[in-house]
Amino acid sequence: MGSIESSFFDIGHLDALSSKDTPIHRVDPRVKVLTTIYFIAVVISFNKYNPAGLAPLVIYPVAIMTIGNIPFSYMLKKLLIASPFVLSVALFNPILDRSPALDLGFFSVSGGFVSFASILAKYVLTVSAGLALIACTGFDSICSALSKMGVPGAFTIQLLFVYRYIFVLGEEAARMARARALRSFGNKGLGMGVYSSMIGQLLLRTMDRAQRIHLAMLCRGFDGEIRYVMPSKMRLSDLLFLAGWSGLFTLLRFYNFPAWLGEELGRLI
Amino acid sequence: MSHHIVEVKELRFSYPDGTPALNGVSFRITHGESVAMVGANGAGKSTLLLHLNGYLTPQTGSVRIGDMPLTKKTLKYVRQTVGMVFQDPDDQLFLPRVYDDVAFGPTNLGLPPDEVKQRTLGALALVGAAHLKDRPPYKLSGGEKRAVSIATVLSMSPSILVMDEPTSNLDPKARRQLIRLLSEFDHTKIIATHDMDMVLDLCSRAIVLKDGEVVADGAAKDILNNQELLDASGLEKPLRLQGCPICRK
Repeated sequence: MGSIESSFFDIGHLDALSSKDTPIHRVDPRVKVLTTIYFIAVVISFNKYNPAGLAPLVIYPVAIMTIGNIPFSYMLKKLLIASPFVLSVALFNPILDRSPALDLGFFSVSGGFVSFASILAKYVLTVSAGLALIACTGFDSICSALSKMGVPGAFTIQLLFVYRYIFVLGEEAARMARARALRSFGNKGLGMGVYSSMIGQLLLRTMDRAQRIHLAMLCRGFDGEIRYVMPSKMRLSDLLFLAGWSGLFTLLRFYNFPAWLGEELGRLI
Repeated sequence: MSHHIVEVKELRFSYPDGTPALNGVSFRITHGESVAMVGANGAGKSTLLLHLNGYLTPQTGSVRIGDMPLTKKTLKYVRQTVGMVFQDPDDQLFLPRVYDDVAFGPTNLGLPPDEVKQRTLGALALVGAAHLKDRPPYKLSGGEKRAVSIATVLSMSPSILVMDEPTSNLDPKARRQLIRLLSEFDHTKIIATHDMDMVLDLCSRAIVLKDGEVVADGAAKDILNNQELLDASGLEKPLRLQGCPICRK
Protein backbone atom coordinates (compact mmCIF):
# COMPACT_ATOMS: atom_id res chain seq x y z
CA MET A 1 0.00 0.00 0.00
CA GLY A 2 2.79 2.35 0.96
CA SER A 3 4.56 1.36 -2.21
CA ILE A 4 1.54 2.25 -4.35
CA GLU A 5 1.52 5.73 -2.92
CA SER A 6 5.24 6.27 -3.24
CA SER A 7 5.38 5.05 -6.82
CA PHE A 8 2.69 7.53 -7.77
CA PHE A 9 4.64 10.26 -6.13
CA ASP A 10 7.50 9.12 -8.33
CA ILE A 11 5.55 9.60 -11.57
CA GLY A 12 4.89 13.12 -10.37
CA HIS A 13 8.64 13.58 -10.16
CA LEU A 14 9.01 12.65 -13.83
CA ASP A 15 6.48 15.36 -14.56
CA ALA A 16 8.38 17.90 -12.51
CA LEU A 17 11.56 17.14 -14.47
CA SER A 18 9.77 18.04 -17.68
CA SER A 19 9.19 21.61 -16.54
CA LYS A 20 12.92 22.41 -16.45
CA ASP A 21 14.33 24.80 -19.01
CA THR A 22 17.35 23.41 -20.84
CA PRO A 23 18.34 23.40 -24.53
CA ILE A 24 16.85 19.89 -24.81
CA HIS A 25 13.57 20.97 -23.20
CA ARG A 26 13.30 23.81 -25.69
CA VAL A 27 13.56 21.56 -28.76
CA ASP A 28 10.20 21.19 -30.54
CA PRO A 29 8.31 18.16 -29.10
CA ARG A 30 7.57 16.80 -32.58
CA VAL A 31 11.28 16.67 -33.36
CA LYS A 32 12.04 14.87 -30.12
CA VAL A 33 9.28 12.34 -30.71
CA LEU A 34 10.47 11.63 -34.26
CA THR A 35 14.11 11.35 -33.20
CA THR A 36 13.21 8.94 -30.41
CA ILE A 37 11.06 6.79 -32.70
CA TYR A 38 13.86 6.60 -35.26
CA PHE A 39 16.35 5.78 -32.51
CA ILE A 40 14.17 2.93 -31.25
CA ALA A 41 13.70 1.61 -34.79
CA VAL A 42 17.46 1.60 -35.38
CA VAL A 43 18.15 -0.15 -32.06
CA ILE A 44 15.56 -2.83 -32.74
CA SER A 45 16.84 -3.47 -36.26
CA PHE A 46 20.25 -4.69 -35.04
CA ASN A 47 21.00 -8.39 -35.47
CA LYS A 48 20.55 -10.34 -32.24
CA TYR A 49 24.12 -11.71 -32.41
CA ASN A 50 25.62 -8.24 -32.49
CA PRO A 51 25.33 -6.66 -29.04
CA ALA A 52 28.64 -4.87 -29.47
CA GLY A 53 27.31 -2.86 -32.40
CA LEU A 54 24.68 -1.36 -30.08
CA ALA A 55 27.21 0.03 -27.63
CA PRO A 56 27.95 3.35 -29.36
CA LEU A 57 24.22 4.17 -29.51
CA VAL A 58 24.21 4.71 -25.76
CA ILE A 59 25.44 8.18 -26.58
CA TYR A 60 21.91 9.37 -27.42
CA PRO A 61 20.15 8.76 -24.07
CA VAL A 62 23.27 9.80 -22.18
CA ALA A 63 23.58 13.05 -24.12
CA ILE A 64 19.88 13.87 -23.72
CA MET A 65 19.95 13.22 -19.98
CA THR A 66 23.17 15.15 -19.45
CA ILE A 67 22.11 18.24 -21.37
CA GLY A 68 18.52 17.93 -20.12
CA ASN A 69 19.80 17.80 -16.54
CA ILE A 70 18.00 14.53 -15.71
CA PRO A 71 19.52 12.60 -12.78
CA PHE A 72 20.98 9.25 -13.94
CA SER A 73 20.25 7.52 -10.63
CA TYR A 74 16.54 8.23 -11.03
CA MET A 75 16.50 6.78 -14.56
CA LEU A 76 18.44 3.69 -13.44
CA LYS A 77 15.81 3.04 -10.78
CA LYS A 78 13.05 3.28 -13.39
CA LEU A 79 14.96 0.84 -15.64
CA LEU A 80 15.32 -1.62 -12.76
CA ILE A 81 11.57 -1.60 -12.08
CA ALA A 82 10.72 -2.91 -15.55
CA SER A 83 13.72 -5.22 -15.84
CA PRO A 84 12.07 -8.40 -14.43
CA PHE A 85 9.74 -8.50 -17.43
CA VAL A 86 12.61 -8.30 -19.88
CA LEU A 87 14.70 -10.80 -17.94
CA SER A 88 11.90 -13.33 -17.98
CA VAL A 89 11.61 -12.95 -21.73
CA ALA A 90 15.35 -13.22 -22.37
CA LEU A 91 16.04 -15.94 -19.80
CA PHE A 92 15.38 -18.86 -22.11
CA ASN A 93 17.80 -17.78 -24.82
CA PRO A 94 20.95 -19.17 -23.12
CA ILE A 95 19.15 -22.46 -22.39
CA LEU A 96 17.61 -23.02 -25.82
CA ASP A 97 20.38 -21.72 -28.06
CA ARG A 98 23.64 -23.51 -27.21
CA SER A 99 25.51 -23.24 -30.49
CA PRO A 100 28.91 -21.63 -29.88
CA ALA A 101 28.97 -18.15 -31.31
CA LEU A 102 32.10 -16.63 -29.85
CA ASP A 103 35.35 -18.53 -29.39
CA LEU A 104 37.67 -17.03 -26.83
CA GLY A 105 40.24 -19.83 -27.03
CA PHE A 106 39.92 -21.37 -23.59
CA PHE A 107 36.11 -21.21 -23.51
CA SER A 108 33.36 -20.39 -25.95
CA VAL A 109 30.24 -18.31 -25.47
CA SER A 110 27.00 -19.80 -26.76
CA GLY A 111 24.76 -17.90 -29.17
CA GLY A 112 22.10 -17.85 -26.46
CA PHE A 113 24.21 -15.71 -24.18
CA VAL A 114 25.06 -13.33 -26.97
CA SER A 115 21.41 -12.80 -27.87
CA PHE A 116 20.57 -12.51 -24.16
CA ALA A 117 23.04 -9.65 -23.87
CA SER A 118 21.61 -8.15 -27.03
CA ILE A 119 18.05 -8.16 -25.65
CA LEU A 120 19.20 -6.50 -22.45
CA ALA A 121 21.14 -3.86 -24.34
CA LYS A 122 18.15 -3.13 -26.56
CA TYR A 123 15.93 -2.87 -23.50
CA VAL A 124 18.21 -0.42 -21.73
CA LEU A 125 18.60 1.75 -24.84
CA THR A 126 14.98 1.93 -25.93
CA VAL A 127 13.45 2.39 -22.49
CA SER A 128 15.97 4.98 -21.38
CA ALA A 129 15.39 6.90 -24.62
CA GLY A 130 11.62 6.79 -23.98
CA LEU A 131 12.00 7.93 -20.38
CA ALA A 132 14.39 10.68 -21.40
CA LEU A 133 11.84 11.84 -23.96
CA ILE A 134 9.08 12.13 -21.34
CA ALA A 135 11.37 13.74 -18.77
CA CYS A 136 12.54 16.38 -21.26
CA THR A 137 9.22 17.04 -22.96
CA GLY A 138 6.28 16.45 -20.64
CA PHE A 139 3.43 14.15 -21.40
CA ASP A 140 0.95 16.77 -22.55
CA SER A 141 3.41 18.16 -25.09
CA ILE A 142 4.09 14.68 -26.42
CA CYS A 143 0.36 14.11 -26.89
CA SER A 144 -0.11 17.42 -28.67
CA ALA A 145 2.95 16.68 -30.85
CA LEU A 146 1.53 13.28 -31.78
CA SER A 147 -1.82 14.77 -32.71
CA LYS A 148 -0.15 17.49 -34.77
CA MET A 149 1.68 14.79 -36.67
CA GLY A 150 -1.62 13.17 -37.58
CA VAL A 151 -2.03 10.46 -34.94
CA PRO A 152 -5.82 9.97 -34.55
CA GLY A 153 -7.42 11.86 -31.68
CA ALA A 154 -8.78 8.67 -30.13
CA PHE A 155 -5.23 7.56 -29.29
CA THR A 156 -3.81 10.86 -28.09
CA ILE A 157 -6.84 11.64 -25.93
CA GLN A 158 -6.61 8.19 -24.36
CA LEU A 159 -2.95 8.72 -23.57
CA LEU A 160 -3.60 12.15 -22.14
CA PHE A 161 -6.41 10.92 -19.91
CA VAL A 162 -4.58 7.85 -18.72
CA TYR A 163 -1.80 10.13 -17.61
CA ARG A 164 -4.10 12.62 -15.91
CA TYR A 165 -6.25 10.11 -14.08
CA ILE A 166 -3.63 7.58 -13.11
CA PHE A 167 -3.06 9.78 -10.06
CA VAL A 168 -6.72 9.94 -9.15
CA LEU A 169 -7.15 6.20 -9.68
CA GLY A 170 -4.00 5.50 -7.68
CA GLU A 171 -5.24 7.61 -4.79
CA GLU A 172 -8.58 5.87 -4.84
CA ALA A 173 -6.94 2.44 -4.86
CA ALA A 174 -4.61 3.51 -2.07
CA ARG A 175 -7.55 4.73 0.03
CA MET A 176 -9.36 1.43 -0.40
CA ALA A 177 -6.23 -0.56 0.43
CA ARG A 178 -5.72 1.58 3.53
CA ALA A 179 -9.30 1.08 4.67
CA ARG A 180 -8.87 -2.67 4.30
CA ALA A 181 -5.50 -2.76 6.06
CA LEU A 182 -6.69 -0.69 9.01
CA ARG A 183 -9.45 -3.15 9.78
CA SER A 184 -7.57 -6.39 9.18
CA PHE A 185 -5.32 -6.00 12.26
CA GLY A 186 -2.24 -7.60 10.81
CA ASN A 187 -4.15 -10.68 9.68
CA LYS A 188 -4.86 -11.56 6.11
CA GLY A 189 -8.04 -9.50 6.15
CA LEU A 190 -10.31 -12.20 4.70
CA GLY A 191 -7.72 -13.11 2.10
CA MET A 192 -7.85 -12.90 -1.65
CA GLY A 193 -11.64 -12.82 -1.90
CA VAL A 194 -11.71 -9.27 -0.63
CA TYR A 195 -9.29 -8.15 -3.30
CA SER A 196 -11.51 -9.36 -6.11
CA SER A 197 -14.46 -7.38 -4.79
CA MET A 198 -12.22 -4.37 -4.23
CA ILE A 199 -11.10 -4.49 -7.84
CA GLY A 200 -14.74 -4.69 -8.90
CA GLN A 201 -15.52 -1.67 -6.74
CA LEU A 202 -12.66 0.23 -8.27
CA LEU A 203 -13.93 -0.55 -11.77
CA LEU A 204 -17.43 0.68 -10.92
CA ARG A 205 -16.10 3.86 -9.34
CA THR A 206 -13.92 4.43 -12.36
CA MET A 207 -16.87 4.07 -14.70
CA ASP A 208 -18.88 6.51 -12.60
CA ARG A 209 -16.07 8.99 -12.70
CA ALA A 210 -15.61 8.55 -16.43
CA GLN A 211 -19.24 9.46 -16.88
CA ARG A 212 -18.90 12.59 -14.75
CA ILE A 213 -15.77 13.65 -16.59
CA HIS A 214 -17.49 13.17 -19.92
CA LEU A 215 -20.33 15.33 -18.65
CA ALA A 216 -17.88 18.03 -17.55
CA MET A 217 -16.32 17.94 -21.01
CA LEU A 218 -19.66 18.16 -22.78
CA CYS A 219 -20.58 21.16 -20.65
CA ARG A 220 -17.59 22.95 -22.07
CA GLY A 221 -18.28 22.21 -25.68
CA PHE A 222 -16.30 18.99 -26.20
CA ASP A 223 -17.01 17.57 -29.66
CA GLY A 224 -14.61 14.65 -29.86
CA GLU A 225 -11.49 16.66 -30.45
CA ILE A 226 -9.08 18.33 -28.08
CA ARG A 227 -7.58 21.45 -29.54
CA TYR A 228 -4.11 21.89 -28.19
CA VAL A 229 -2.73 25.32 -27.57
CA MET A 230 0.73 24.96 -29.03
CA PRO A 231 1.93 28.07 -30.81
CA SER A 232 5.51 26.79 -31.20
CA LYS A 233 6.97 26.73 -34.68
CA MET A 234 9.68 24.51 -36.04
CA ARG A 235 12.98 26.38 -35.96
CA LEU A 236 16.15 25.68 -37.93
CA SER A 237 17.89 24.36 -34.82
CA ASP A 238 15.09 21.81 -34.39
CA LEU A 239 15.58 20.51 -37.90
CA LEU A 240 19.33 20.32 -37.30
CA PHE A 241 18.68 18.32 -34.12
CA LEU A 242 16.58 15.83 -36.08
CA ALA A 243 18.96 15.62 -39.04
CA GLY A 244 22.08 15.37 -36.89
CA TRP A 245 20.88 12.57 -34.65
CA SER A 246 19.20 10.59 -37.45
CA GLY A 247 22.40 10.85 -39.47
CA LEU A 248 24.45 9.56 -36.57
CA PHE A 249 22.04 6.66 -35.90
CA THR A 250 22.12 5.65 -39.57
CA LEU A 251 25.91 5.80 -39.61
CA LEU A 252 26.21 3.66 -36.49
CA ARG A 253 23.72 1.20 -37.92
CA PHE A 254 25.54 0.54 -41.18
CA TYR A 255 29.12 1.12 -40.12
CA ASN A 256 30.45 -1.26 -37.48
CA PHE A 257 32.21 1.27 -35.30
CA PRO A 258 33.40 -1.11 -32.51
CA ALA A 259 34.95 -3.49 -35.07
CA TRP A 260 36.77 -0.60 -36.73
CA LEU A 261 38.01 0.60 -33.35
CA GLY A 262 39.23 -2.93 -32.52
CA GLU A 263 41.11 -3.20 -35.82
CA GLU A 264 42.75 0.20 -35.43
CA LEU A 265 43.83 -0.64 -31.90
CA GLY A 266 45.15 -4.02 -33.08
CA ARG A 267 47.23 -2.29 -35.76
CA LEU A 268 48.65 0.15 -33.23
CA ILE A 269 49.72 -2.70 -30.98
CA MET B 1 -35.48 39.66 -23.52
CA SER B 2 -32.62 38.51 -21.37
CA HIS B 3 -30.09 35.72 -21.52
CA HIS B 4 -30.14 35.35 -17.79
CA ILE B 5 -33.51 33.70 -17.30
CA VAL B 6 -34.01 30.10 -16.25
CA GLU B 7 -37.53 28.81 -16.49
CA VAL B 8 -38.55 25.27 -15.58
CA LYS B 9 -42.14 24.18 -16.12
CA GLU B 10 -43.78 20.98 -14.85
CA LEU B 11 -40.56 19.06 -15.20
CA ARG B 12 -40.85 15.32 -14.61
CA PHE B 13 -38.13 12.74 -14.81
CA SER B 14 -37.68 9.14 -13.77
CA TYR B 15 -34.55 7.06 -14.12
CA PRO B 16 -34.49 4.07 -16.49
CA ASP B 17 -35.07 1.66 -13.58
CA GLY B 18 -38.33 3.46 -12.82
CA THR B 19 -37.18 5.49 -9.81
CA PRO B 20 -38.97 8.82 -10.05
CA ALA B 21 -36.61 11.73 -9.42
CA LEU B 22 -38.63 14.81 -10.35
CA ASN B 23 -42.42 15.05 -10.06
CA GLY B 24 -43.44 18.27 -11.74
CA VAL B 25 -40.95 20.93 -10.75
CA SER B 26 -41.65 24.53 -11.78
CA PHE B 27 -39.84 27.76 -11.07
CA ARG B 28 -38.57 30.87 -12.82
CA ILE B 29 -35.30 32.55 -12.00
CA THR B 30 -34.62 35.99 -13.41
CA HIS B 31 -31.62 38.14 -14.15
CA GLY B 32 -29.02 38.46 -11.39
CA GLU B 33 -30.88 36.39 -8.83
CA SER B 34 -28.89 34.22 -6.48
CA VAL B 35 -30.90 31.13 -5.67
CA ALA B 36 -30.16 28.26 -3.29
CA MET B 37 -31.47 24.83 -4.19
CA VAL B 38 -31.78 22.96 -0.91
CA GLY B 39 -33.19 19.62 0.11
CA ALA B 40 -32.25 16.32 1.75
CA ASN B 41 -30.11 13.74 0.01
CA GLY B 42 -32.08 12.19 -2.83
CA ALA B 43 -34.55 15.07 -3.05
CA GLY B 44 -33.73 15.54 -6.75
CA LYS B 45 -31.25 18.41 -6.67
CA SER B 46 -28.60 16.75 -8.80
CA THR B 47 -31.12 15.47 -11.32
CA LEU B 48 -32.53 18.97 -11.62
CA LEU B 49 -29.07 20.46 -12.18
CA LEU B 50 -28.39 17.91 -14.93
CA HIS B 51 -31.44 19.24 -16.75
CA LEU B 52 -30.23 22.82 -16.63
CA ASN B 53 -27.26 22.18 -18.90
CA GLY B 54 -28.98 19.73 -21.14
CA TYR B 55 -27.26 16.55 -20.02
CA LEU B 56 -30.70 15.14 -19.36
CA THR B 57 -33.55 16.21 -21.60
CA PRO B 58 -37.00 16.74 -20.09
CA GLN B 59 -39.27 13.68 -20.31
CA THR B 60 -42.29 15.88 -19.77
CA GLY B 61 -42.39 19.60 -19.10
CA SER B 62 -39.88 22.12 -20.38
CA VAL B 63 -36.72 23.98 -19.54
CA ARG B 64 -36.01 27.41 -21.00
CA ILE B 65 -32.63 29.07 -20.75
CA GLY B 66 -32.70 32.72 -21.78
CA ASP B 67 -34.92 32.97 -24.83
CA MET B 68 -34.43 29.40 -25.95
CA PRO B 69 -36.21 26.20 -25.05
CA LEU B 70 -33.78 23.40 -24.25
CA THR B 71 -33.63 21.01 -27.20
CA LYS B 72 -30.91 19.12 -29.01
CA LYS B 73 -30.43 22.03 -31.41
CA THR B 74 -29.94 24.65 -28.73
CA LEU B 75 -27.53 22.54 -26.66
CA LYS B 76 -24.46 24.47 -27.73
CA TYR B 77 -26.01 27.80 -26.85
CA VAL B 78 -27.36 26.47 -23.55
CA ARG B 79 -24.02 25.04 -22.49
CA GLN B 80 -22.28 28.28 -23.26
CA THR B 81 -24.87 30.26 -21.32
CA VAL B 82 -25.02 27.97 -18.30
CA GLY B 83 -21.64 27.43 -16.64
CA MET B 84 -21.70 24.31 -14.52
CA VAL B 85 -19.28 23.77 -11.63
CA PHE B 86 -19.20 20.16 -10.46
CA GLN B 87 -18.91 18.96 -6.92
CA ASP B 88 -15.63 17.09 -7.40
CA PRO B 89 -12.96 19.31 -9.01
CA ASP B 90 -11.14 16.17 -10.17
CA ASP B 91 -14.01 15.57 -12.57
CA GLN B 92 -13.83 19.09 -13.86
CA LEU B 93 -10.09 19.43 -14.31
CA PHE B 94 -9.24 16.75 -16.83
CA LEU B 95 -6.19 18.11 -18.62
CA PRO B 96 -2.61 17.85 -17.32
CA ARG B 97 -2.12 21.61 -17.00
CA VAL B 98 -4.31 24.23 -15.36
CA TYR B 99 -3.94 26.67 -18.25
CA ASP B 100 -5.04 24.13 -20.86
CA ASP B 101 -8.04 23.22 -18.77
CA VAL B 102 -9.24 26.80 -18.42
CA ALA B 103 -8.62 27.33 -22.14
CA PHE B 104 -10.55 24.18 -23.08
CA GLY B 105 -14.00 25.80 -23.17
CA PRO B 106 -13.08 28.96 -25.11
CA THR B 107 -11.03 26.90 -27.59
CA ASN B 108 -14.02 24.65 -28.24
CA LEU B 109 -16.14 27.73 -28.83
CA GLY B 110 -13.83 28.41 -31.77
CA LEU B 111 -12.48 31.72 -30.49
CA PRO B 112 -9.25 33.10 -31.99
CA PRO B 113 -6.06 32.23 -30.01
CA ASP B 114 -5.53 35.75 -28.69
CA GLU B 115 -9.04 35.91 -27.31
CA VAL B 116 -8.64 32.45 -25.76
CA LYS B 117 -5.47 33.54 -24.04
CA GLN B 118 -6.99 36.76 -22.79
CA ARG B 119 -10.08 35.01 -21.42
CA THR B 120 -8.06 32.23 -19.81
CA LEU B 121 -5.69 34.57 -18.01
CA GLY B 122 -8.59 36.85 -17.11
CA ALA B 123 -10.62 34.03 -15.58
CA LEU B 124 -7.63 32.75 -13.62
CA ALA B 125 -6.89 36.23 -12.32
CA LEU B 126 -10.51 36.71 -11.31
CA VAL B 127 -10.45 33.69 -9.00
CA GLY B 128 -6.97 34.58 -7.74
CA ALA B 129 -5.28 31.61 -9.36
CA ALA B 130 -3.09 33.29 -11.97
CA HIS B 131 0.07 31.89 -10.36
CA LEU B 132 -1.20 28.31 -10.78
CA LYS B 133 -1.47 28.35 -14.55
CA ASP B 134 1.44 26.02 -15.30
CA ARG B 135 0.80 23.56 -12.48
CA PRO B 136 -0.71 20.10 -12.96
CA PRO B 137 -4.16 19.86 -11.28
CA TYR B 138 -3.25 16.89 -9.08
CA LYS B 139 -0.73 19.04 -7.24
CA LEU B 140 -3.22 21.72 -6.18
CA SER B 141 -4.84 21.95 -2.77
CA GLY B 142 -8.60 21.51 -2.40
CA GLY B 143 -9.25 25.24 -2.30
CA GLU B 144 -7.03 25.89 -5.31
CA LYS B 145 -8.73 23.11 -7.29
CA ARG B 146 -12.12 24.66 -6.54
CA ALA B 147 -10.99 28.12 -7.62
CA VAL B 148 -9.57 26.73 -10.86
CA SER B 149 -12.78 24.74 -11.51
CA ILE B 150 -14.72 27.98 -11.32
CA ALA B 151 -12.23 29.64 -13.68
CA THR B 152 -12.73 26.87 -16.26
CA VAL B 153 -16.36 27.91 -16.42
CA LEU B 154 -15.87 31.68 -16.17
CA SER B 155 -13.56 31.63 -19.20
CA MET B 156 -16.61 30.86 -21.36
CA SER B 157 -18.35 34.02 -20.08
CA PRO B 158 -21.56 32.30 -19.03
CA SER B 159 -24.52 34.40 -17.91
CA ILE B 160 -25.72 31.77 -15.46
CA LEU B 161 -23.57 29.91 -12.96
CA VAL B 162 -24.80 26.56 -11.67
CA MET B 163 -22.87 25.07 -8.78
CA ASP B 164 -23.17 21.73 -7.02
CA GLU B 165 -21.98 21.90 -3.40
CA PRO B 166 -19.30 24.54 -3.98
CA THR B 167 -18.18 24.59 -0.34
CA SER B 168 -17.86 20.83 0.22
CA ASN B 169 -14.46 19.57 1.39
CA LEU B 170 -13.03 23.03 1.91
CA ASP B 171 -11.31 24.21 5.05
CA PRO B 172 -13.03 27.11 6.83
CA LYS B 173 -10.77 29.76 5.41
CA ALA B 174 -10.97 28.47 1.82
CA ARG B 175 -14.74 28.30 2.26
CA ARG B 176 -14.87 31.90 3.41
CA GLN B 177 -12.72 33.01 0.46
CA LEU B 178 -14.98 31.16 -1.95
CA ILE B 179 -18.09 32.78 -0.51
CA ARG B 180 -16.47 36.20 -0.81
CA LEU B 181 -15.50 35.44 -4.41
CA LEU B 182 -18.98 34.25 -5.36
CA SER B 183 -20.61 37.29 -3.77
CA GLU B 184 -18.62 39.49 -6.14
CA PHE B 185 -20.07 37.87 -9.27
CA ASP B 186 -23.10 39.47 -10.82
CA HIS B 187 -24.12 36.35 -12.73
CA THR B 188 -27.42 34.65 -12.12
CA LYS B 189 -26.43 31.96 -9.61
CA ILE B 190 -28.05 28.63 -8.82
CA ILE B 191 -26.37 26.83 -5.96
CA ALA B 192 -27.31 23.33 -4.81
CA THR B 193 -26.02 22.89 -1.31
CA HIS B 194 -26.37 21.61 2.25
CA ASP B 195 -24.32 24.48 3.62
CA MET B 196 -27.16 26.54 5.06
CA ASP B 197 -24.86 29.21 6.42
CA MET B 198 -23.56 29.87 2.95
CA VAL B 199 -27.14 30.24 1.75
CA LEU B 200 -27.59 32.91 4.40
CA ASP B 201 -24.53 34.77 3.07
CA LEU B 202 -25.04 34.39 -0.67
CA CYS B 203 -28.62 33.77 -1.65
CA SER B 204 -31.61 36.05 -1.63
CA ARG B 205 -33.97 33.27 -2.59
CA ALA B 206 -34.25 29.59 -1.73
CA ILE B 207 -36.09 26.73 -3.37
CA VAL B 208 -36.72 23.71 -1.17
CA LEU B 209 -37.03 20.34 -2.88
CA LYS B 210 -38.51 17.26 -1.31
CA ASP B 211 -39.14 13.94 -3.04
CA GLY B 212 -38.83 15.57 -6.45
CA GLU B 213 -41.22 18.42 -5.75
CA VAL B 214 -40.83 22.07 -4.86
CA VAL B 215 -42.24 22.41 -1.34
CA ALA B 216 -41.22 26.01 -0.80
CA ASP B 217 -39.92 28.85 -2.93
CA GLY B 218 -39.35 32.26 -1.44
CA ALA B 219 -37.03 34.68 0.30
CA ALA B 220 -34.09 32.81 1.83
CA LYS B 221 -34.46 34.67 5.14
CA ASP B 222 -38.03 33.46 5.62
CA ILE B 223 -37.34 29.90 4.61
CA LEU B 224 -34.23 29.58 6.75
CA ASN B 225 -36.27 30.72 9.77
CA ASN B 226 -39.18 28.37 9.16
CA GLN B 227 -38.36 25.58 11.61
CA GLU B 228 -41.36 23.48 10.67
CA LEU B 229 -40.61 23.52 6.94
CA LEU B 230 -36.92 22.78 7.47
CA ASP B 231 -37.69 19.84 9.76
CA ALA B 232 -40.13 18.37 7.27
CA SER B 233 -37.58 18.62 4.44
CA GLY B 234 -34.65 17.04 6.24
CA LEU B 235 -32.88 20.35 6.75
CA GLU B 236 -31.71 22.46 9.66
CA LYS B 237 -31.51 26.15 10.46
CA PRO B 238 -28.18 27.80 9.67
CA LEU B 239 -25.94 27.49 12.72
CA ARG B 240 -25.83 31.24 13.10
CA LEU B 241 -29.59 31.34 13.49
CA GLN B 242 -29.54 28.67 16.19
CA GLY B 243 -29.05 29.37 19.89
CA CYS B 244 -25.64 29.60 21.47
CA PRO B 245 -24.64 26.13 22.76
CA ILE B 246 -22.71 27.56 25.71
CA CYS B 247 -25.03 30.19 27.16
CA ARG B 248 -28.15 28.34 25.92
CA LYS B 249 -29.95 31.45 24.69
